[in-house]
Amino acid sequence: MKKFLSGNEAFAEGIRLARPQVISAYPITPQTIVVERLSEMVEDGSLSAEYIHVESEHSALSCAIGASAAGARAFTATSSQGLLYMAECLYYASGGRFPIVMMNADRSTALPWNIYGDQRDSLSQLDSGWIQAYAENAQEALDLALMSYKIAENKKVSTPFMANLDGFVLTHTYETVDIPEREQADKFLPPYETDNRFDFDNPKNMAFSAGPDTNYIFKYKEHEGILSAREVIKQTENEFAEIFGRRYTGLIENYLTDDAEYIIVTLGSIAGLCRETADKLRKNGIKAGVVRLRYIRPFPNEEISEVLKNAKAYAVLEKDISFGNEGTVFTNVNSALKKSGINVRGYNFIGGLGGKNISASDIEKIYSDIQNGTDSVNFIGIGGENNGK
Amino acid sequence: MANKVAESISREEFFYGHKACAGCGGSLAVRIALKSLGEKTVSVLPAGCMSAVGFNFPQLCFSNNSIISTFAGTASMLTGVEAGLRAKGYKDFTAVGFAGDGGTADIGIQALSGAIDRNDNIIYICYDNEAYMNTGIQKSGLTPFGAKTTTTPAGKNIHGNIRPKKNMFEIAAAHDIPYAATASIGYLNDFIAKVQKASKIQGTKYIHVIAPCPTGWGVAPDKTVEIARKVVDCGLWYLAEYENGEFTLNHKPKEFSSVEEYLRKQGRFKHLTDEDIKIIADSRDKKWEHIEKTFSYR
Repeated sequence: MKKFLSGNEAFAEGIRLARPQVISAYPITPQTIVVERLSEMVEDGSLSAEYIHVESEHSALSCAIGASAAGARAFTATSSQGLLYMAECLYYASGGRFPIVMMNADRSTALPWNIYGDQRDSLSQLDSGWIQAYAENAQEALDLALMSYKIAENKKVSTPFMANLDGFVLTHTYETVDIPEREQADKFLPPYETDNRFDFDNPKNMAFSAGPDTNYIFKYKEHEGILSAREVIKQTENEFAEIFGRRYTGLIENYLTDDAEYIIVTLGSIAGLCRETADKLRKNGIKAGVVRLRYIRPFPNEEISEVLKNAKAYAVLEKDISFGNEGTVFTNVNSALKKSGINVRGYNFIGGLGGKNISASDIEKIYSDIQNGTDSVNFIGIGGENNGK
Repeated sequence: MANKVAESISREEFFYGHKACAGCGGSLAVRIALKSLGEKTVSVLPAGCMSAVGFNFPQLCFSNNSIISTFAGTASMLTGVEAGLRAKGYKDFTAVGFAGDGGTADIGIQALSGAIDRNDNIIYICYDNEAYMNTGIQKSGLTPFGAKTTTTPAGKNIHGNIRPKKNMFEIAAAHDIPYAATASIGYLNDFIAKVQKASKIQGTKYIHVIAPCPTGWGVAPDKTVEIARKVVDCGLWYLAEYENGEFTLNHKPKEFSSVEEYLRKQGRFKHLTDEDIKIIADSRDKKWEHIEKTFSYR
């Protein structure tokens, strides 16, 4: 069934199809619509779940962890300040291997206060042990919602999943979205079964302390779990394609990269404009390409290296800055190339902070700057941090 | 009478083999509450003494289903556990939280207020030892006036803690909670009866039990229960319930025992002047004027 939906609404439809049993959420712009829709679905009976009106984001995730420890499928959603407020619980959920799904509406973080989209909220939490996916459009948002539980709940993975939607640009933009049928969704995603839960026949002590003798082993296992998502994401997308006919491309999505000399690596909804710009430049004989990171944890080290190895230069375009250094995505991409022994010139472009529009001409300028050489780190609209020196 | 109560609780032990200090009042409160609630109980404990002494892999000391929550998240995790178990089709189980005074009255009060507001079907037990004992006796919102802690030192200028205890029992009651009660491990039968009563009531239940910490209070390990009786007998604590919008006093000392004697027995109050003790005795009298006026007694 096709419907005209915003990113938030599409994600809510995906969650409805995934049948979470406990939803605990606290409202924050621009996430609110997803939890409003879910509460309506609970009210009208199209979703059978406990909807819990918690008093904060910290409690939202703490509650979801409790539900997951009981063996229930749990969902929450947040954004920006809310994500930071619940940060303690992010690490708790991943350390306890609770496969909770959370939608994060990517938004700037204060100060200065700003409700618009950038990715500094979620990218600041890359080390929290969650799988992190970034959707580009409403259809992908819905499909991610449905796939997220299948990936997170896989016994090898057993890791919480954060699905990121660019605030407003994606959460509030309407597109035509194909909503899968209930029967097909149920066929794709069976109920959550786990041993990582309370059991009255065989009582468990969960979320315990582990001292220096054993702690590192739990942490290594956690790392193994999220790394194993690389393979599970591929399997899940294959099964998804078989049932629903839409195929996704794993950790990254490449556009015109086979013979590309100049490549922009980016994530989220700005990728569409990058592709359009690449098309335009190709008409002028410039071999432009685009790589969209669909997942940033686990990080696509091999895939990135493979696609960038023959380029003359690449740019990482991100809505993030790790103050005092560079954009975090740039750091991650550079590390992938370094590990593979690939030496291609790379430049960082920081844009879209606090919702500032990134225009087609901004992107054209990125392609031109990386052909000519520029500063290592550049702020769109301001210039290079060394003013070109 | 005592036998009747003892027979009403489980012979099984649910919290043992832990490494709490000798004479720990908190561990007695947890042990007795779990024996009162039985095996189909899931307990949630935040970071704090009980999780520190009983929850170190692979030495896990709860024989019922138990989980550590974040420090601030006892009540919110309880909510999730209860909702999750219900969603999984379980019936006739109890979800109980055991948080200390800091975990309840300071960092956890927001989540607790949220849970009471939603009227989630949980029991929340605050074992109050009147300071952050696990981290080495720092002042909490439930540290009483005059107590010396490692962050409220008793010197010439300031005589320990300058603020009275928050009244968590009446804060819980102000939410119009279905059931709230105060208790003391010095009056164990009363505590057991309240835990058992709470387990039969639908909605949120809050029980605030005084559980002395010999280490932090400066009393001998074999004096825990005695000092927990004395605080009630001298009127600095009271045994009461809140139900159906009404406060009830459960125990009315005919005559208060000496506040000074109660205080002087404890290292944390050694420095108090006669004037300080008078302030404490006067505040007790004022509190009891309020109790006499607003609480019924049966």
